[in-house]
Amino acid sequence: MALASPTAPRRRTAAVAAYAELAIVALAFLAPFGWLFLASLSTSPTLDTSIPDEPTLRNFADVLTGDNLHSLANSLVLSLGSALLTLLLAAPAAYPLSRYGRRFGRPILLGLLFATGLPVTAIMVPVYGLFVQLDLLDSVPATVLFLTATGLPMAIWMMKNFMDEVPISLEEAAWVDGANGLRALVRIVLPLMVPGTTVVFTFTFALTWGNFFVPFILLIDPGKQPASVAIYQYFGINGMASYGLLAAFSILYSLPVVLLYAVAQRTLGNAFAMQGAVKG
Amino acid sequence: MVAVGLPERTVTRRPPARRGRRAAGRVLPLVPAFGLLALFFVGPILWCVYASFTDISLTGAGASSPHLVGLRNYRQMFSDPAFAKSLWLTVVFVIGSAVIGQNVGGLALALLMNGRHRIVRAVVGGIVVGAWVLPELVAGFMWYAFLSDHGTFNAILRAVGLHGGSWLYSSPLAAVTIANVWRGTAFSMLVYSAALSNVPDELLEAASVDGASGWARLRHVTLPLIRRAMLTNLMTITLQTLAVFTLIFVMTGGGPGTKSQTLPIFMYQEAFKFYHLGYGAALAIVLLAVGAVFSLVYLRAMRKEV
Repeated sequence: MALASPTAPRRRTAAVAAYAELAIVALAFLAPFGWLFLASLSTSPTLDTSIPDEPTLRNFADVLTGDNLHSLANSLVLSLGSALLTLLLAAPAAYPLSRYGRRFGRPILLGLLFATGLPVTAIMVPVYGLFVQLDLLDSVPATVLFLTATGLPMAIWMMKNFMDEVPISLEEAAWVDGANGLRALVRIVLPLMVPGTTVVFTFTFALTWGNFFVPFILLIDPGKQPASVAIYQYFGINGMASYGLLAAFSILYSLPVVLLYAVAQRTLGNAFAMQGAVKG
Repeated sequence: MVAVGLPERTVTRRPPARRGRRAAGRVLPLVPAFGLLALFFVGPILWCVYASFTDISLTGAGASSPHLVGLRNYRQMFSDPAFAKSLWLTVVFVIGSAVIGQNVGGLALALLMNGRHRIVRAVVGGIVVGAWVLPELVAGFMWYAFLSDHGTFNAILRAVGLHGGSWLYSSPLAAVTIANVWRGTAFSMLVYSAALSNVPDELLEAASVDGASGWARLRHVTLPLIRRAMLTNLMTITLQTLAVFTLIFVMTGGGPGTKSQTLPIFMYQEAFKFYHLGYGAALAIVLLAVGAVFSLVYLRAMRKEV
């Protein structure tokens, strides 16, 4: 029989206190969500938080109009475009940084790390100037290129770290057989780092999907604007009248990134939590 | 932003050397990525430096033929009370919501969750991370509604017998600060949870046997062991918070008046609302410079990892 430790009761009290505190924290974090869900189900929502008399999904049906669906499709084009382009550029760039010794890669990596710290918000003023001068304003491809550029330093850095974990011995065999670096990368290294590549993809996709400021400045034609900008404009124009629709649209817009994160978290576990511990 | 917990560097051996081709093989794969970075990242920053010395604007004379005006934009900036106020608001916002709110809150949450039941960790962690995963724009709307006159927060206050208020008007900076804590704490929590899982239990047990109180164990055992995680976390969240635009833009638009006008909002209004692109560029340079200083400190901390 184990002797009861003299500190056991104190420990139990501490545990109970910790659970109570966690419950309070959880409720506090949950509270701001309340309005969003209740308003989206209500027929005549205001900024009050009240349980709707007759909950309805009509707001969700009503908000899925042509224009709104179009803006969601625009979000998809921007996010998918920048995420794929990021992988396409980051993978080959990360390869020599990972494989060819410190003297070669270190200054470049330090530069990339420095760039990840610079506030993208501040770059928007000169980028707007650049886009005006090059006549790129309101161009979706140019916006994708810029979004890719802003995420690239972090993406290369993450890719390089994931690549470091793939042992080099496998490629050495391929080199002996005469395969060049690119072949070795595509055939041997990338297939072994699918989880890492998924993390980089998810991260870039979510970052672009949630981005409001960049498309708000660079895209002018409402037909090209993504959901984030559309929701903002919608709110500005319809304001008070349509909180239910605003809430429903916000939920529909948030759903893809929340699901993407949940799936990535579940399948990739810690690799995602740590390497992808990133916020947009 | 990178979190801590970087993988160990593997020892790399050199692939077969064939001189000229070897150099090309190293540099060529970097060209597309760095070309894009030069065009859309470095280029704009250099242009920004130039523009900050001109009277370039989107309308009027400055639009067609901008002139070099020397340090005029900078002189204007440093004598502009609106800039001084905006800088101060930014400092308060960053210290309040990042250094104190997210950092201390994230550490406290990680400590509370450490060793608790798996399901409790999953539920509480899921809710906190949920706030972080949500698009910034939606978070802004939610907090606008939450803090509005008839919003949830005032309803809760009334329910416990307290008076509500027009928080977005009476204390806009506190409102956006708390919203940013809500949104960003998950990041610090994840960083600290990972760091805490690397603190050996034996050390804490030993300290406990020696009679160290919980607070003493935290101060003398845990905190020194997670110092590096703390430093990288602080740098990362400071840089992120410095650049926060959308959340404030949606909740208060920088107002009422200029009461929550942090530097990104001030820069946006000068450049895109009043069309003073030159002045906006000078503000952007200041923001970039502040970011660069923090980024260099961050780099020093991370130097060993590269």
